[in-house]
Amino acid sequence: MNWDVVIGIETHVQLQTKTKIFSGASTAFGAEPNTQACVLSIALPGTLPVLNYEAVQCAIKFGLATNAEIAPRSIFARKNYFYPDLPKGYQISQYELPVVGKGLLEIEVGDIKKTVRITRAHLEEDAGKSTHGVVENGTGIDLNRAGTPLLEIVSEPDMTSAAEAVAYAKKLHELVQWIGICDGNMQEGSFRCDINVSIKPKGTDKLGTRREIKNLNSFKFIEQAIHYETQWQIEMLEEGKTIQQATVLFNPETGETKAMRSKEEANDYRYFPDPDLLPLEISDEEISQIKKSMTELPHLMKVRLEKDYQLSSYDASGITSDKHVADYFFATLKEGAEPKQIANWILGQLFSKLNESNLSIEHSPIKPEVLSLLLKRIQDGTISNNGAKQLFEKLWVSPDIEIDAFIESEGLKQVSDSGLIETMIDEVLKNNQAMVDEYRSGKEKAFNALVGQIMKVSKGKANPGQVNDLLKKKLS
Amino acid sequence: MKDWSIKEISSLLREKKTSSVEITTDYLQQIKKKNPEINAFITVDESRSLAQAKLADQRIQSGEGDVFTGIPIAQKDIFCAENWLTTCGSKMLHNFVAPYDATVVKKFNEVGAVNLGKTNMDEFAMGSSNETSYFGAVKNPWDLSRVPGGSSGGSAAAIAARMCPGATATDTGGSIRQPASLCGLTGLKPTYGLVSRYGMIAFASSLDQAGPMAKSSEDCAMMMNVMAGFDTKDSTSIDHKKEDYTKNIDQSIEGLKIGLPKEYFAEGLDGDVAKVIEAAIDQYKKLGATIVDISLPNTNLSIPVYYVLAPAEASSNLSRYDGVRFGHRTSQYDDLMDMYCKTRQEGFGEEVKRRILIGTYVLSAGYYDAYYLKAQQIRHLISEDFKKAFQSCDVIMGPTAPSTAFKANEKIDDPVTMYLQDIYTIATNLAGLPGMSIPAGFVNKLPVGIQIIGNYFDEARMLNVAHEFQKATDWHKAIPEGALS
Repeated sequence: MNWDVVIGIETHVQLQTKTKIFSGASTAFGAEPNTQACVLSIALPGTLPVLNYEAVQCAIKFGLATNAEIAPRSIFARKNYFYPDLPKGYQISQYELPVVGKGLLEIEVGDIKKTVRITRAHLEEDAGKSTHGVVENGTGIDLNRAGTPLLEIVSEPDMTSAAEAVAYAKKLHELVQWIGICDGNMQEGSFRCDINVSIKPKGTDKLGTRREIKNLNSFKFIEQAIHYETQWQIEMLEEGKTIQQATVLFNPETGETKAMRSKEEANDYRYFPDPDLLPLEISDEEISQIKKSMTELPHLMKVRLEKDYQLSSYDASGITSDKHVADYFFATLKEGAEPKQIANWILGQLFSKLNESNLSIEHSPIKPEVLSLLLKRIQDGTISNNGAKQLFEKLWVSPDIEIDAFIESEGLKQVSDSGLIETMIDEVLKNNQAMVDEYRSGKEKAFNALVGQIMKVSKGKANPGQVNDLLKKKLS
Repeated sequence: MKDWSIKEISSLLREKKTSSVEITTDYLQQIKKKNPEINAFITVDESRSLAQAKLADQRIQSGEGDVFTGIPIAQKDIFCAENWLTTCGSKMLHNFVAPYDATVVKKFNEVGAVNLGKTNMDEFAMGSSNETSYFGAVKNPWDLSRVPGGSSGGSAAAIAARMCPGATATDTGGSIRQPASLCGLTGLKPTYGLVSRYGMIAFASSLDQAGPMAKSSEDCAMMMNVMAGFDTKDSTSIDHKKEDYTKNIDQSIEGLKIGLPKEYFAEGLDGDVAKVIEAAIDQYKKLGATIVDISLPNTNLSIPVYYVLAPAEASSNLSRYDGVRFGHRTSQYDDLMDMYCKTRQEGFGEEVKRRILIGTYVLSAGYYDAYYLKAQQIRHLISEDFKKAFQSCDVIMGPTAPSTAFKANEKIDDPVTMYLQDIYTIATNLAGLPGMSIPAGFVNKLPVGIQIIGNYFDEARMLNVAHEFQKATDWHKAIPEGALS
């Protein structure tokens, strides 16, 4: 039997605000346990929440970026349950009326474009952390994270494969960083996904029973977990068993998913509107003001790059995958280099060096103005592509060297003197009569071999374009 | 010991006829003498009170003092006060020393008032008799065999027994007005949002409101000048313009239209109490007021609505008392669930548990719409009743409580009868309106209070209406027998 896979994703995006969502405590990651827990984070008696407007602005930005409805009035509700790292005994979240309503996110898998519907996005506070093994005979509770603002983004079950799910997660990850609402640090838990997976007989409409894979914080895990989960569900059904709705955890060690608890036994959260907070009201003016402050969205920029700079779809995607990459691209462009060439170099040489050194583009030792100068030296024929690559390597370790002086001193300057090149060609033709004959007898390949010989003689410095032209003339 | 009013103490201090240390010492002595039998205070800290008094005297000497500088008052133990034990009348917080000041406490500290101590109260403000306190019942200074009312029974008994000239209190369903009525005092529950709730331990957030309790309307007005004001730390605080509540307190009330809701004089009201209220209304007529008959048709729904909404909010507000971070934790437990269960079983009293159970029930899946949502809808209707009523009158009057102070242990095992104590006061909390109780007379030597309900933010007028009555009568000046001996 053939099966359809149905996937929906809930993503917890930690918002990049200076202070917590309902208090003035800092949100910085990595502080000593409980040093960023104010009276409110500890939920001392008498403390009250006050909404941090910065978090609301983040939600509005996300709504605008996904073409979503932004609720003029939304409500904070209490989700009640007991857990040691949930200090108030309830989490302040949004339930019936979320701040962001239906939206859309376009994803690409290979050459196929697809639009995933976003159901809603709501603001809520994060819980603290329980750590086992740090306290003798007990569990350590760190409330630094308690009250950190989250935007929970819920998608419709629109994805049909692990590849689509990963594409969605990646696109969302790029977008929230692009609009500056999340630092995207998945290891620190700033971006985590809960994946709902179900399967149904191919082509049928009725959705199967779903299992929710909790708290995945890497794209690789998302992919592995979905593969395993899908296989497991198919096997169950093919053995004639039924799927129980459940929450499952993915174990990266074994690559398996395992049920945590069944939904039937889950808490009754007793949601009700939080009487300590007024309804959140957002005016059209506030929305348009935020809209004005936002930079061009990546999917629009991509279209512009293709249209105005003739970048390929692949290159344009690469450049718009990250705001910092796009910024780097435009900064380099401003210095006068060629757009197509810039894209090639960023996505090629620069990315490979950055990956090698585990650096992000903002921390690249080679700055846009330097890259631009290097590219201009290729354009004006001063150096060859090969020479440029050598120069690039040198600049990576000593970014302050003077480019032109270095080209001179290292002898990277390309030979563009046609007289000199002709001399070299003549020498090579004389010593490689066999190849010349081969070429003349119709073997085109021999031409490239001759070019190779000439370049070798020139120690790679001859201008390849000129070599080509002059050799063709000589042989005709 | 002389029976000073806050206003008198203020003048004496400013005229330098006495010092804050002297006055504070007098009250601390009175507390020493009277508190053992009344049990109005949970915490008294003489040295800290005197240190505050000394500082206040220095401020007055240097000419920096405010009208409230040096005046000793008591704080209900529901308000967090830095480095003071803050128990909320519960075993759960028997060891909780607050690390910060509630906004109300902060405001009194800033003007240089002296904190005489933390007053007893029903546990987590849940009760109408002050019998649910973990720290023991409070006795009514007018008759020690009777209750002082609740939940601000400690504040009321402390003032009635002249252990302090005024005290802070809170009112969720009548907790300022009913004890004020039962102890012969003046108490004001302001408009919801006028006084900050920050640092005031939550019972039912959408109903809780702090207010002053004292012997006269003038004194309450002076306390209101300190307490009222917008607070960015409380999202439900309202940015209302700052008022001087003493400014127009002396105005004539000629032409005042008093609405009398027929539902407040129906079955359930003690006949003798009714007579006292009628006499007080006659007094108002003499002062130039006219009477308008009004109706608040949903009055009988206010108790059931309240006992859905208040417990719902309380069940959630009290979830933080889990033994993890502060307060009581059971000594022996097997696992997390066992720790939670034993801690809460031991830490909370009967009434608190009852309300947590009710609240948890009404918020549960499948019951939410029938109880919580329905109650919210009726709450809206109750507000509408008042809105309509205020179209034909300036203030509404009626009894504060259906009877005078009842005997200790009389109603404690019968929660529904106990809940009926608040039949006349609860609706104003549901509507968020200000309400006040002032002494109106006596029945069998026990005080009776008349309630004044005003429109939103009409506290200045209510205090004026109360003050004019107090200029013409002496009920508020009566002192329980032996209080000053």
